[in-house]
Amino acid sequence: MALTSSSLSATRAPRSWKRTLQANAAGWLFVLPWLIGFVALTAGPMIASAFLSFTNWNLISQLDIVGLGNWRQMLRSDPLVLHSLRNSAFFAMLSVPLQTIVSLSLASLLNQPIRGLRFYRTVFFIPSLVSGVALAMLFRWLLSPDLGLINYLLSHLNIAGPAWLVDRKWALPALAFTTLWGVGGMMIIYLAALQGVPTELYEAAEVDGALAWHRFWYITLPMISPAIFFQVVMGIIGALQEFTLSHTMTQGGPLNATLFTVLYLYRVGFQQFRMGYASAVAWLLFFVILALTLLIMRSSRHWVHYEGMAS
Amino acid sequence: MTTEISSLKIPKPEVRRGWRASRARRQQVFRLLTHLILLAGGLVFALPLFWQLSTSLKPVTQVYNYPPEWIPQPFTWSNYPESMKIVPFGLFFRNTTVIAFFGILGQVLSCSMAGFAFARLRWWGRDVLFALMLSTMMLPYHVTMIPQFILFRHFGWVNTLLPLIVPRLFAGAFFTFLMRQFFSTIPRDLDDAAKVDGASIFRIYWQIILPMSKPTLATVAIFTFNSVWNEYLPALIYLNTTEKFTVSLGLAAFQARASLGGLRWELMMAATTIVLSPVLIAFVFLQKYFIQGIVITGVKG
Repeated sequence: MALTSSSLSATRAPRSWKRTLQANAAGWLFVLPWLIGFVALTAGPMIASAFLSFTNWNLISQLDIVGLGNWRQMLRSDPLVLHSLRNSAFFAMLSVPLQTIVSLSLASLLNQPIRGLRFYRTVFFIPSLVSGVALAMLFRWLLSPDLGLINYLLSHLNIAGPAWLVDRKWALPALAFTTLWGVGGMMIIYLAALQGVPTELYEAAEVDGALAWHRFWYITLPMISPAIFFQVVMGIIGALQEFTLSHTMTQGGPLNATLFTVLYLYRVGFQQFRMGYASAVAWLLFFVILALTLLIMRSSRHWVHYEGMAS
Repeated sequence: MTTEISSLKIPKPEVRRGWRASRARRQQVFRLLTHLILLAGGLVFALPLFWQLSTSLKPVTQVYNYPPEWIPQPFTWSNYPESMKIVPFGLFFRNTTVIAFFGILGQVLSCSMAGFAFARLRWWGRDVLFALMLSTMMLPYHVTMIPQFILFRHFGWVNTLLPLIVPRLFAGAFFTFLMRQFFSTIPRDLDDAAKVDGASIFRIYWQIILPMSKPTLATVAIFTFNSVWNEYLPALIYLNTTEKFTVSLGLAAFQARASLGGLRWELMMAATTIVLSPVLIAFVFLQKYFIQGIVITGVKG
């Protein structure tokens, strides 16, 4: 193909030139809607934000370069930054594994040859459509200490439910539990992954007398590990950026127990208008996310199984 | 395979038949157990929405009864109009619909164009730009949030809907990637045939590629709609007077206002139901595209 086109261009150079030019113009024209956005809304702002993180600008003051001052302040004299990072990390460490276990269990149950699959799938999926502020409202009501449905149901099991969102110890776990209700989307993804596992593998294992548990552990899990990997990475990136739940359900409280990094960033940037310092906080969170993602990616070679690759 | 083997062994040994029977029984029990777990789980998952609906229809005197009562007594439909009176939800719906309309149009057009360029055209710099785009796919919003705010503020766009619409007119990396992947699966013979017939590149995009990609376009449209409807942080940053609020912001404001004279949970749940209804109705009619979109993208909406 390449050969014929080049031999053609040797004989009809001018026309081919025109055609390449046309193709190039068309390519750049069609990609323009992305390129403009990339330059003006992603790359440009990133450079600007990196620059701002070395200044003390607050929208009105004159802009002074403070070098690494913001970074020193974040890491040494502003305990709320590290505190909020710890909260976000704890939230991610709690919510992502819980979501993975619940969604994977549901998907495995739904992957059985049973009747009513569509019905169950819909019932588990619909809650995942409830997100943002609506989710926060509903769970504030459900988690209400005295009148909430959750503590009422727990009392039937002889459990005295905690004060959830107003209890310093339970507020953050309560937010993590709230996200558990929305695992329907993840369940759909795992269900699709499970359905993609070739049935021959299970048949072969059955002939060999493998137990159901062994089949799950040695066949199912490795075969869907790429999907798990992707979901865990996306889940952690998302959890570290959680904002809406803490802003609307707890306002970061009680006693900053649910002060997530993005909530702190919002307060510094958009309530105190310290744009320089807020940019530095944004970059710190970005580096934490990047480092964690790279860490998981490195670990993936030990537990993610790609078909057709030597492991 | 099993039938072949059993037909070879004509007199089946007793033991084996017993084993088979117990195996069938075991499978039955297993299936029953699966149903039981799924039903119990389904109940737990359905309960919050049921409780929301039930609370939203209760008279104010019944909401605070303990132990809680499941069924509203009497059904108080007036909670809905009353909750609409506290904050102007009609206005919030209109604002959010405006953002969603232009946002969906912008995303579907721009992402399909860029996806087309990456999948079907050959041009200098394509692979470099594609790699650049991929690298921005997981970029957190908060890194660009502050300079974007400064930029839009400079344009005088604070407290207008523009900062929520304009970024959506430029192709997002994720949907562009999705489009590009889908377009790559369409046979190239179609383009070649069209080219032979003298079709321009724009016509190939508009009359061949786009019509064949309706399910993917629908996925992008639905996901954009959902993201607009639930968007909170950007709305919070840019919008500061009630008449510009989106539904998410309105609901949060409602919470603040309704809790002034003690929390009116029945009104809050009515408002939450009102805000949720478009998403739930969209799901009922477009269920296929919701599920398909999640499966293709591997992202939960």
